[in-house]
Amino acid sequence: MKKVFERTKGLSDAHFTFCPGCTHGTIMRLIAEVMDELNIIEDTIGVSPVGCAGFCQDFFTCDFVGAAHGRAQAVGTGIKRSLPDKMVFTYQGDGDIAAIGTQHAIHCAARGEKITSIMVNNAIYGMTGGQMAPTTLEGMKTTTSPYGRDPISVGMPMDFPKIIANIPGAVYVASVSVDSPKNINKAKKAIKKAFQVQQAGLGFALVSVLSTCPTNWGLSPVDSLKWLRENMLPIYELGELKETEEVKSL
Amino acid sequence: MMDKVIMAGFGGQGIMFLGKVLAYAGMTTDLELCWIPSYGPEMRGGTANCSVILSDEEIHSPVVDLADAVVVMNQPAYERFKSRVKPGGVLIVNSSLATTDNKREDITIIEIPASEIANNLGNASIANMVCLGALLPNMRLADWESVEKTMEKLTIKRPEFLQGNLDAIKKGIEFAN
Amino acid sequence: MERVLMKGNEIIGEAAIQAGCKLFFGYPITPSTEVIEYLSANLPPKGGTVLQAEDEIGAINMCYGAACTGNRVLTASSSPGISLKQEGISFAAAVELPMVLVNVNRCGPGLGGLGPAQSDYFQSTKGGGHGDYRLIVLAPSKAQELYDYTMEAFDLADQYRNPVMVHTDGFLGQTMEPVVLKERPQAPDVNKDWIVTGAKNREKRILASYSLTNEVGEANNIAWENKYKEIQDKEQRWESFHTEDAEYLLVSYGTTGRICKSTVLNARKKGIKLGLIRPITLWPFPEKGIKPLLNQIKGILTVELNTGQMIEDVKLAAECKVPVKLYRRQGGMLPTEDEILENLEKIFQPEESGEVRN
Repeated sequence: MKKVFERTKGLSDAHFTFCPGCTHGTIMRLIAEVMDELNIIEDTIGVSPVGCAGFCQDFFTCDFVGAAHGRAQAVGTGIKRSLPDKMVFTYQGDGDIAAIGTQHAIHCAARGEKITSIMVNNAIYGMTGGQMAPTTLEGMKTTTSPYGRDPISVGMPMDFPKIIANIPGAVYVASVSVDSPKNINKAKKAIKKAFQVQQAGLGFALVSVLSTCPTNWGLSPVDSLKWLRENMLPIYELGELKETEEVKSL
Repeated sequence: MMDKVIMAGFGGQGIMFLGKVLAYAGMTTDLELCWIPSYGPEMRGGTANCSVILSDEEIHSPVVDLADAVVVMNQPAYERFKSRVKPGGVLIVNSSLATTDNKREDITIIEIPASEIANNLGNASIANMVCLGALLPNMRLADWESVEKTMEKLTIKRPEFLQGNLDAIKKGIEFAN
Repeated sequence: MERVLMKGNEIIGEAAIQAGCKLFFGYPITPSTEVIEYLSANLPPKGGTVLQAEDEIGAINMCYGAACTGNRVLTASSSPGISLKQEGISFAAAVELPMVLVNVNRCGPGLGGLGPAQSDYFQSTKGGGHGDYRLIVLAPSKAQELYDYTMEAFDLADQYRNPVMVHTDGFLGQTMEPVVLKERPQAPDVNKDWIVTGAKNREKRILASYSLTNEVGEANNIAWENKYKEIQDKEQRWESFHTEDAEYLLVSYGTTGRICKSTVLNARKKGIKLGLIRPITLWPFPEKGIKPLLNQIKGILTVELNTGQMIEDVKLAAECKVPVKLYRRQGGMLPTEDEILENLEKIFQPEESGEVRN
């Protein structure tokens, strides 16, 4: 019998432990496929964060370092500066990269650190049980914004990749989604480019991926995808937000 | 044998450098020594002081409470440090910028118009070296020879400064003698 | 061998280079800044990397990342900066990462002042960050020791896979003293079969500290505890100064440790049989240096630049067999040797029964 689909070499045989309908698994598979296609699994060191995204260290087949909450890009910087010939990527949730780790994210970009960061934005803190994130939408109910996010009190959601795109050292910034096969394909292309940017030593690359959290959103997996499309896509503009000339010519 | 010296003045008068010359002089004669700056948040301005210990045996306590010699290059430094001279010790006062009062009887006070002498030499910024000269005859573990050798080393990148500094030191020595 | 005059902080930088340190991550803070300045000028020409991080937290986490790759790495800061690093230090202890941390103590709490202090003793020796861990803590008291202990810190870090702290202060950091720049003897050969460098021809490795079950958590804690016990057993270091016939004992480290040597000599001139234990390792605390003296001494005075922190460890070592008292200065002030002796005399009223030694 002809094999038409198999697990990518970038993923281990550990079973995903994510909630049904969570798109972490999809995003991780895309990264794993990219590493396989670029033939860099053996040369890559991943940095895992704190939060649901932190489980990624068990699922990839490359070496991994677990960072403290928000510190993944500082840890990644240390690894890359020590081993400049290796590939380093961080996999972080929105709270990790855009709240508690903001300073590292901004300065990692400012230095043009030659690492790749994947930000998973599901507009909520998943692991701790559904608290407000910097990306939580206006009016969205979470356990710490039980009456809905009130912009007067806590401000508007942060479109973090746009902030990073303003920094010269960030040479490639993309915002993608994994809510549909078409968007999944675009997401994979962006992730691949973000790794190729690092291979070429051009600077810092960030891909923000819109993701779901059915459990904490209180929705079914299918409804979650619908909610993402209807509520997140209008707020978080998709596309390649920044691509320098050098990156374009890759 | 041990020489403990305190130097004080305005920031910018070359107090730290004066201490460094003594310290490096100690290096040329293989002495044990400490150069201890008063360090603070300001890079410039304010008062500056440092202390130097030269010793022919291991220095345990580096704290200079009472010094064998104290150099004060302005009035605030005089007020603050006049009591820190050991009985029998020497207080060198830059009389161009400080006046003495209620003179202590138990110490030797040398009032030297260091800023004036430096001005007459054509370089106001070497008053510290004039004071160093006045200090040398009162030290046991540093002398003209070790200081001259040190100045040669310290001015190796700016040799044009050597002679002026040495002249200032000589003037100070002459005055103190 | 070359004898040179250097500032204490610069000596630390030079020692790190000699010890084969490849990376430095830090953030400027008085009175430790000369460490990063010295290394910025001198490490890159030797092929190393110096990076001024966005903040202290960034710096310690960069050290964490670099240490995961097996290269020797250093950071240096001063009290408030070390406070910021504590989260990262806890993580490094949990992942058992060799790295060297320098704390050029200033006084606190809060922003405090720039003067020398030992008020971070608890922070250095009792954990500092969250969780149950220990750092090996070395306390130099003069220029040569800044050089020697910093180099040794790298070896100890590798040997025990543990962060090692060099606990110094602003006085030692800013003072210039002669130092002999000895070449480092060959570092002990340590097999780093745990580092991440890419999973080529081997199983993937994960360096992380999360324990998913309580059972695993306890097993980890016990393994670390066993390591700490081994360190306590093997690595206690101290200097004994005139202790052979001592009837009274000073215990003091770092800057006050050396001041106390002058106190001992002055006491001996008066016929007071005074000795000094100068802890070199603050953790493990050198109780082995104190316990054998307990039957001969009548009192212990700890001399500290804090409200009395090390005295707790000295009391534990003294097992209530002799009175343990404190003399301290704070806020950046240093005691003189005579001031310490006066207070010793006031507290213990020692007999001037010994031979007068000049």
